Amino acid sequence: MSATATFRICPTTGLKINAQAEALIKANAVAATVSLLIGGIAAVLVLLTRWQVVHLLSAAWFYRILTVHGMSMLIFFILFFEMAVLYFASAVLLNSRVATPRLAWASFGLMILGAVLVEWMMWAGRADVLFTSYVPLRADPLFYLGVILFAVGALIVVAIFFATLVVAKRERTYQGSVPLVTFGAATAAIIAAVALGHGAAIYIPTFFWSLGWMKVDPEIYRMVWWGLGHASQQINVSAMVSIWYLLGALTIGAIVLNEKVSRTAFVLYILFINIASAHHLLVDPGLPPTWKVWNTSYAMYLAVLASMVHGFTVPAGMEAGQRLRGYTKGLFEWLRKAPWGDPGFSALVFSIIIFGFVGGITGVTFGTEQINIIAHNTLRIPGHFHATVVAGTALAFMGITYYVIPLIFRKQVAFWKLAKIQPYFFAGGMFIFSVFMTFAGTFGVPRRHYDISFSRAPFDVQFNPAVDLVMGIMALGGLIAAVGGAMYLLITVWSVFFGKPLTADAAPGMYGVPQGIQTPPKPIPETATSHGPTPGTLVLVLVFLAAFVAYYFVNWKLLSDVWRVG
Amino acid sequence: MNTGIQSPRGIWWKPADRTEKLWLSIAFGWCLVLFAMMPLWHLKGAQNPSGIRHRVDPSAYARRVNEFIKQYKVGEEAGHAIVEPPPGSDVYVMGRMWAWEPILKLRKGVEYTLHLSSLDLNHGFSLQPVNLNFQVLPGYDYGLRVVPTEAGDFRMVCNEFCGIGHHLMVGRVIVVDNAGGGK
Repeated sequence: MSATATFRICPTTGLKINAQAEALIKANAVAATVSLLIGGIAAVLVLLTRWQVVHLLSAAWFYRILTVHGMSMLIFFILFFEMAVLYFASAVLLNSRVATPRLAWASFGLMILGAVLVEWMMWAGRADVLFTSYVPLRADPLFYLGVILFAVGALIVVAIFFATLVVAKRERTYQGSVPLVTFGAATAAIIAAVALGHGAAIYIPTFFWSLGWMKVDPEIYRMVWWGLGHASQQINVSAMVSIWYLLGALTIGAIVLNEKVSRTAFVLYILFINIASAHHLLVDPGLPPTWKVWNTSYAMYLAVLASMVHGFTVPAGMEAGQRLRGYTKGLFEWLRKAPWGDPGFSALVFSIIIFGFVGGITGVTFGTEQINIIAHNTLRIPGHFHATVVAGTALAFMGITYYVIPLIFRKQVAFWKLAKIQPYFFAGGMFIFSVFMTFAGTFGVPRRHYDISFSRAPFDVQFNPAVDLVMGIMALGGLIAAVGGAMYLLITVWSVFFGKPLTADAAPGMYGVPQGIQTPPKPIPETATSHGPTPGTLVLVLVFLAAFVAYYFVNWKLLSDVWRVG
Repeated sequence: MNTGIQSPRGIWWKPADRTEKLWLSIAFGWCLVLFAMMPLWHLKGAQNPSGIRHRVDPSAYARRVNEFIKQYKVGEEAGHAIVEPPPGSDVYVMGRMWAWEPILKLRKGVEYTLHLSSLDLNHGFSLQPVNLNFQVLPGYDYGLRVVPTEAGDFRMVCNEFCGIGHHLMVGRVIVVDNAGGGK
């Protein structure tokens, strides 16, 4: 097989790029973009319905489109993109061939088949069950079958990723240890195997249940389903953090502060994966408090620690790299003089900030057993995860796309001026959207709800009068983000299908090429064997910690004011 | 020194520097606080989602709720029974597509055991504007000891998707002041 593998040498990075890997990355990226388009249209329709001033859709179509939004974004967009990341982190970064290209294409076909089946069922109104499809809510058996086919396809890609690591090691395509980004992607792949295993364990019985062959207990469903549902968010976190390190390296030549610390933090994601699943069941009737307290934390919250470690080491690596290159003035010259016009860089910074400050803090707070009483199934929950998975993961994916287009598709990025401001629109919009959505949830506004004016309900429901304004601002933020998302789609689709090919000698000042490729970060002087201190980052993380502590204890205070319950 | 896309050479298992160690210690300490607050609140706090939990057959639960309604019914509103159970008693509420039954009339400052279950799908018990939220499943009885700490007219909203009429599912809880004699 290796005899037939063809390679090209990337003129920018010097990496040996396998033609099959490149084609697989392209195919998965295109599938991800199509999913994003469908999910994005659904997002706008959902938003314009929840914004009571417009209240666009009918009830039936609202729940249908909300199902489409969840599946297209959280499953299809994200996983197709992550498949591309896996091929990139294994074959491309290690100068290797793909282990089994034919099987890789077969699994891609399986994933497409599954996705098409699921989309068909949803749009035909045969699966109005939302993303979670809680049993005994019933969808057409083909819906569950589609999810199973998609998951099996993804699981095969995960296996191919590991096989490729073995091939690269055997064929000595790299020296030393695998790069940190590959290591991070490997943890994402391990978590994916765990998550997809849970997926098989729940969707196969549910498929049989939908055919009337067996029973599925609603609480068992919730527990095992979240082993897929949240574990897959942990895939996203691992993949996103890997892309943080990748973008840091490509845009400004960020160094790895300490390989041991960063790699151990990635391993913690694997070991503490299940705590994320447990925190969906904190106010469930089927589980005792000891189970809830233990499984949401394992007494130490080490997955939270892992994110707090990366939240330090990624910016500190950027700071240390910049300082070694001479940006040493004051606390923040390294950040001020960074390439803010490079969409890869701005997307990276906003992804870290919003993921940490909004998504991370709210997530850990709401995932506390008792505080969940005042958060469960309110808008606080989607407020939290739009900050993590959209402003965090999706924005990081957008940032890396501006490098994938020239490096893998070998095209100039079209509408370059638009591309430069795209992360600002998307991040700004998502920031407003997620903060105000969370805020609305604080007043008890339910998530997944067609009409919070309760115009046809038997009793009126009065929320705090501020809710209308808060949700109006949320809608505004959502629309700004939607404009940012549309920009992204326009830029990527245009670049890939109609873009100008990139000539081998990407001259400085060339249109549509990110700064990190035009003028790659200066190599660090050979004499430097260790990095200096990173005081700027320390200040930033202490500000973060202060915000975390404040939000956490404000929520205990809010909880102490509600009815006594136990 | 290398970036995240370069292979580190040689032994990279090296001690972290001072700033990293400092942040690691602070972050780990904070994680321990995050954990400790949960058992602590079980000991000292007044809001915990513990409850009395057991399995129940949905039809048996429906019978229990109807018995409860018959026993303590004091009125009716828009086709829903208003039920005023004695202070300190077990209170039964059922969720079904798409209503919460019955309407409850409770007293402020008195502890009740509020049983929640569903006859069909997952529902979300969301008491507003207090903002107390619990998951309600068919086949499981969640018995929560609650003390209404304020008088007023409250709503039980459903906040778990339960089909096309989900947003119409609203129930009512009236809390009267014990001392005020509002009966």
